[in-house]
Amino acid sequence: MSTVQRAVDKVEDIEIGLLLEGLYRVHGFDFRDYSRASIKRRIYELLRAEKLDTVSAFQSKILHDNACLERFLLGVSVHATSMFRDPSFYLTFRKRVVPLLRTYPTVQIWIAGCSTGEEVYSLAILLEEERLYGKCRIYATDISQAVLRRARDGIFPLAAMRDYTSNYHQAGGAHEFSDYYTAQYDHVIFSSALRKNVVFSEHNLATDGSFNEFQVILCRNVMIYFNKDLQARVHNLLYDSLSMFGVFGLGNKESLKFTPRETLYEHLNEKDKLYRKVA
Amino acid sequence: MASEIVVVGTSTGGLKALQTLLSGLTADFRLPVVIVQHRGSTSENGLCEFLAQSSRLPVTEPEDKEPVMSGRAYLAPRDYHLLIENGSFALSVDPAVAYARPSIDVLFECVADEYGEKAIGVILTGANNDGARGLAKISSQGGVTLVENPETAASHEMPRAALAQTRADWVLPLEEIAPCLNKLVSAVAVHYGS
Ligand SMILES: C[S@@+](CC[C@H](N)C(=O)[O-])C[C@H]1O[C@@H](n2cnc3c(N)ncnc32)[C@H](O)[C@@H]1O
Repeated sequence: MSTVQRAVDKVEDIEIGLLLEGLYRVHGFDFRDYSRASIKRRIYELLRAEKLDTVSAFQSKILHDNACLERFLLGVSVHATSMFRDPSFYLTFRKRVVPLLRTYPTVQIWIAGCSTGEEVYSLAILLEEERLYGKCRIYATDISQAVLRRARDGIFPLAAMRDYTSNYHQAGGAHEFSDYYTAQYDHVIFSSALRKNVVFSEHNLATDGSFNEFQVILCRNVMIYFNKDLQARVHNLLYDSLSMFGVFGLGNKESLKFTPRETLYEHLNEKDKLYRKVA
Repeated sequence: MASEIVVVGTSTGGLKALQTLLSGLTADFRLPVVIVQHRGSTSENGLCEFLAQSSRLPVTEPEDKEPVMSGRAYLAPRDYHLLIENGSFALSVDPAVAYARPSIDVLFECVADEYGEKAIGVILTGANNDGARGLAKISSQGGVTLVENPETAASHEMPRAALAQTRADWVLPLEEIAPCLNKLVSAVAVHYGS
């Protein structure tokens, strides 16, 4: 490879480091320990959308132009989510976790990195059908105000309902899925009863601490965006926030295997990434 | 410069092509082989097991932060992009790139970044142009590039698109790709390019 090419790449990496450092020092948003490989891709996509050529130019704009900062914050995270994502996860939750929850007088649940709320409404529906919802309190948190606003509204595109209905049934749902929402033009609004016991609030896993003790914590497809150090830190935070014998759920392709807390959990079900704190 | 990783991208016709490729690699092939095969978002659950049957290297779908190990083949899981960072896999659910998730370009560009001249990129049969940009990046970083001969590929678009952007080091019929990789990888002492 030519030395010129190598130098250019080096400069790019330094610029990205500086941008993330600046963002943290000026605005307190800490993306320094996010997985560089994927954040780099997104930064480049965003800077092209801003019609800029270099990360340095982008940094200057982010630090001085608030509208640009907002666009950056929205674009730099991935918010993709869906209802009953990985239906077998919810099916296993019904079979293996619900019986455990029946034994508790009250259940505190934390959904960390809830994005626009699809996962929250899914779990609320499941708990409602198992007649557990009344004694549950769900804390749904995310780093982004913008997605939390949408989660609170519970308004999702009508076009997604076909897939979600199929997911819901694969996840063990036995009712009419459409009973849970009202369709309006091209959107649906989920029943407000489903968020009666939900608290949506801002929480940054990278910089904020624990705020309660929970019997269930779900943190799915969030830590894949973190590097190993941050991932380890967040695993510790979640472990510390979970009560003994509490249940911990990860995304389908995530694993405790490569983390420091591995031995302190047992599998409820290897395939569906549901664990129980045992030590 | 000794290579450290092989990445392979394919779509239409890829199943048979991957069988041929994997079955041709020697049991002591000492590099990790990381594969992106475009796949529907619901079907083909047994793809990994299927490929494992014709491979002497173990074939698995990596999980997030799993270390990349030599002498193993990895298949990008469906519905995630696959990246590599500091010797471990990193998954993402970023939007599809050119309708594809996993995307060949995403893996190849990332590997070009991570491994530079120590990467070997392989483009096989396929019916779109994913991978062309990624292979070009591997080449620009001094990595080694192989493309299946479009004349004999089951689907010629993907190899052709790759060749339109990259002067590949080797353009070979499918059967000759594994032998070429075996040679490239065992001939550690040979100095490639400059
Ligand atoms: C891909 S979504 C996952 C949504 C949902 N849990 C699921 O599995 O479908 C990732 C979410 O994590 C949030 N996130 C990223 N970094 C975070 C952090 N440091 N603290 C809390 N949430 C974060 C993002 O804003 C985004 O909404």
